[in-house]
Amino acid sequence: MIELAQVVKTYSAGLATPYTAVNGVNLDIPGGQLTVLKGPSGSGKTTLLSLIGCMSRPTSGRIHLHGLPPGLLPVGADADPLEITSLPERFLTTIRRRTFGFIFQQFNLVRGISVLENVMLPTYPTGEDREAVEARAVTRLEALGMARHLKAPVDRLSGGEAQRVAIARALINDPPVIIADEPTAHLDSRLSAEFMELMGQFKGAGRTLLIASHDPIVHDSPLADLVIVMRDGQVVSAP
Amino acid sequence: MRPSLQRHRSVLDFALSSLLRRKGRNLALTAVYTLVVFVLASLVFFVQALKHEARELLEHAPDMVVQRMVAGRHDPMPASQVEAIREIRGVEEAEARIWGYYYDPVYGGNLTVMASQDPTLAPGSAWIGRGVARNMRVAEGDMVPLRGYDGLPILFTIQKVLAEDSELVAADLVVLAPTDVRALFNLPEGLATDLAVRAGNPRELATIASKIVEKFPDARPILKAEMLRTYEAAFDWRGGLMVVVLASAILSFIIFAWDKATGLSAEERKEIGILKSIGWESGDVLLLKFWEGAVVSLAAFLGGVLLAYGHVFFFSATLFEHALKGWSVLFPRFRLIPALDAYQITVLFFLTVLPYTAATLVPCWRAAMADPDSAMRS
Repeated sequence: MIELAQVVKTYSAGLATPYTAVNGVNLDIPGGQLTVLKGPSGSGKTTLLSLIGCMSRPTSGRIHLHGLPPGLLPVGADADPLEITSLPERFLTTIRRRTFGFIFQQFNLVRGISVLENVMLPTYPTGEDREAVEARAVTRLEALGMARHLKAPVDRLSGGEAQRVAIARALINDPPVIIADEPTAHLDSRLSAEFMELMGQFKGAGRTLLIASHDPIVHDSPLADLVIVMRDGQVVSAP
Repeated sequence: MRPSLQRHRSVLDFALSSLLRRKGRNLALTAVYTLVVFVLASLVFFVQALKHEARELLEHAPDMVVQRMVAGRHDPMPASQVEAIREIRGVEEAEARIWGYYYDPVYGGNLTVMASQDPTLAPGSAWIGRGVARNMRVAEGDMVPLRGYDGLPILFTIQKVLAEDSELVAADLVVLAPTDVRALFNLPEGLATDLAVRAGNPRELATIASKIVEKFPDARPILKAEMLRTYEAAFDWRGGLMVVVLASAILSFIIFAWDKATGLSAEERKEIGILKSIGWESGDVLLLKFWEGAVVSLAAFLGGVLLAYGHVFFFSATLFEHALKGWSVLFPRFRLIPALDAYQITVLFFLTVLPYTAATLVPCWRAAMADPDSAMRS
């Protein structure tokens, strides 16, 4: 479970034009379920995802991760729940790498390199054996129907294919939590439905899914266990 | 493979593929960088090799040369002084030398004419350096006219063209019998150009020199070490002059490299954000950028040094010969013996590789320190 307490994120704090993107959010996100953050553009969904995913630190407030398996904890961090907002960057990176898999709205693949290399990229700093990583990446890509594109440069892929590569990359370290930011924004209805089907499979495998979207295919999906509505950086509706 | 090595291997692989993705920019940068290293390394190698060569040649030179000064200028001296100098304790050998310079108006070259006591060199014959032979287009057995002091030509038969390995110092040399040199320059019997002195113990040279000056106050003893210093200063001066001439080109490269290395494009900035968001630490990003900078600068350094080695030691520094070998009409042609100084190569390495690698790290350090989400949004 992920627990947020009075989380505030203000950009350009202390400058002439500060902007508070997330303002006093309290939330409990259950493990093993699919949670959707719903709201218009600028409501703070993406910022909240980046805070939860250890990509940035809140200006104030606390975020706790409950029930992390000991193997996923950084060396020297053994508390449960683990309070992540005050951890040094090295610990945050380890948690981000081991715990979260990210699927970005723009897919954020590295252009000019192959599909396979993009998927393997998160493992490079770990010093893991290249052959083992490659075998795992091929398995992930095959499962997503991308076997024939392994050596293709990502620049030549369609939107749906690029998203599958992004999904394979998010899964390469086998993270227990998948975070997706507007994953269907660049997909047509058929591909969006296929994406939700995949999410269903991940949920069935016991992963925690956290998706920010204002696409009805996502937030009205029967797979969604929890829909949290956000507006102006605040949670306006949560069970 | 150990994880830490595997990490370096993976990051290096990715650094190489990153460089290839920006092929045009990186190739241009490496080419210009290589050119600068090539120019600098050529100068270093050439000056170093010349100094080495000069040291080797001066090994066989006399320990001291004694000249006579009249009104502050070099003047012929009485050959009889040889006997008096030979008597000085510590002098092993003293010999009167006859030599001078001859300007050839036809070929526009200055020749060094020297007398040799060698019995195989008959009067009317000459040994000439390769530069002279090339310039006058003559070979063994040919005859060459030299214009005497009175304007009348004197004919000499070329008995020998001097060996190639002595060309650095003997390119402009014409060796004649002593009587011929005297006739050419109108040098009276009993006068010599200077005296060559050898000492049994080189440590006694300074004392011997002071005793010579005591005996002959108008004498000017020149030690071998002083000659070597003069050669080294001349080569250093020429090398330094080239650096000054090339300074603007080197400066342009520094500005170009600084601009390319320190400026991060929006794409690179975004890429750093992506890498951080998928689990790379700031240190990993810096390692990647370090490898990128190191690959470019090391490739340029090695390429530049190897090209310079070939240029200097296989092609006799063709590009710089006019500036480095001298301004004479008689350019010596010679192949230098490779003489590399580890210290100078290390200095060159630190002056070229380190600044560039460091320059690439600074902007990346700033981008890598930012939160991944801010790097992604920028």
